[in-house]
Amino acid sequence: MILKSLIFINGFALFIGFLILFLDKVISRYGTVTITLNSEKEFKAEGGKSLLRVLFENKYFIPSACGGKGTCGYCKLVVSEGGGEALPTESLVLTPKEIRQGYRMSCQLKVRSDMAIYIPPEYLEIKEYTGEIVSTELVTSDIREIKIKLVEPESISFKPGQYVQIRFDVDGDFDYRAYSVASHPDTQGEIEINVKLIPEGLGSTYLHALRPGDTVYFSGPYGDFFLNTDSKRKIVCCAGGVGLAPLKAIARYWLTHASNREIEFYFGSRTTKDLYDHSMFEEMAGKSPNFKYFPALSDEDPEWDGERGFIHTIIDRHLEGGYKAEAYLCGPPIMIDAVTDVLLSKGVPQERILYDKF
Amino acid sequence: MNLALILFASIITSNIALTYFLGMCPFVSISKNIRVASGMGIAVTIVMTVTASANWLILNKVLIPMGLQYLQFLVFIITIATLVQIIEIFLDRFSPALYHAFGIFLPLITVNCAILGVSLFAMLRVYTFWQTVAFAFGSGIGWFLAIIAIGGLRKKLMFADPPENFGAAGITAILAGIMALAFIGFTGIASL
Repeated sequence: MILKSLIFINGFALFIGFLILFLDKVISRYGTVTITLNSEKEFKAEGGKSLLRVLFENKYFIPSACGGKGTCGYCKLVVSEGGGEALPTESLVLTPKEIRQGYRMSCQLKVRSDMAIYIPPEYLEIKEYTGEIVSTELVTSDIREIKIKLVEPESISFKPGQYVQIRFDVDGDFDYRAYSVASHPDTQGEIEINVKLIPEGLGSTYLHALRPGDTVYFSGPYGDFFLNTDSKRKIVCCAGGVGLAPLKAIARYWLTHASNREIEFYFGSRTTKDLYDHSMFEEMAGKSPNFKYFPALSDEDPEWDGERGFIHTIIDRHLEGGYKAEAYLCGPPIMIDAVTDVLLSKGVPQERILYDKF
Repeated sequence: MNLALILFASIITSNIALTYFLGMCPFVSISKNIRVASGMGIAVTIVMTVTASANWLILNKVLIPMGLQYLQFLVFIITIATLVQIIEIFLDRFSPALYHAFGIFLPLITVNCAILGVSLFAMLRVYTFWQTVAFAFGSGIGWFLAIIAIGGLRKKLMFADPPENFGAAGITAILAGIMALAFIGFTGIASL
């Protein structure tokens, strides 16, 4: 009796499982669709996947910091045909004006029929690179500085502050995560990224496991968070934890190309152990009176005799003449919001506060 | 029992929402907006009709002949979950607009007790296949009507200013109770 019901329930569940799998395979087949790009190029693609995915597979690289989860909104594109109406998930991120203009989030939009889309020309410049790990060094308990030598193509040109997307395999498929480039924009044959290990995080666990000699694939450069190199204004950088990476590129660029500009560099972390590359910035501060370095710890640390407190309070104490400054912030959202408020109160105009939230 | 009678009774006099108080969770939580409420109503009607018919077939053609009638609860729930999944796959493919209009409601229906309730009532009352279809479709329409009606009433509540302590859910339950009285008033005409 028990055996009979066990067999029945198992058989039933198995049947149901196969039925759904089968239907999913048969019904969710969309066939081949044609995608028209900027009304000049055309390519064919298999329907049923997200537009971002389809573009990626055809080597068109669209920025996407969140990895297609629909939170960052970087992957928005104008879809003029075949998109249908904006989805509820998109209206959370896109403004009503953008939706009227035809913007869609390519990570949310499923390719079902022929489409006509517009990609900004600068995205077409984004290339895919093959690289080799040169070194990987644990600089705090959970952050690694990883240096990658470019193999194919052999060099990349990027602006200080931009990011790349590292590709990695999951279950026979691939995914990607965004990491800011921390190295000097002039060393085009090698890039440095800083990766904080997130337990259970797919991208960071993959990158932390890599060893020198391993091959990595990435695309880039992405992002409109980069140093305005034409301006002569004072630079205010504010980093929280691993948000140091893009600002490190800015500081390195400053040292060789813009050291006549004043720069104030704020770096907030928890303890002295998390304050990585501390000596490099102290050295920079020693070299030039224009470089002012303000590290600060938020936690109690007996070895530390410097600034204490959250980084926005440090800026509040030290920053002068905000009206002639431009600010570059990178860190967790809560830090960005607090620092933005302080900068506004110090007279830095909103349009000159650039940030990279993660 | 006559099919037309079953249909009428299940829509009005033995309304699944207002006389059995099944499916109360979406009834209270989704009835704030009539458009959303009608989307849910349509989804419930479709799913109820499809699942009750499927469950009838499984019960009478598979479980009873095999002597496994005691597995009915388990099997019914699996069937409901599967059918909702299949309806989702179809909608996603053939009617994306409808798929997005339903949004989260379709998967939510899987755990709606009115759906399971209709399958179980049909079994308890030993309906034939077509009686089951009529009963399930009628119950769906009845639930649809009830949620639309309460949605309309709740819209008027904005101007009514009920005592604060009743809260949003409390006053809705009171409204549902008064509506139930009106529906039960027809019991003399036909009942199940």
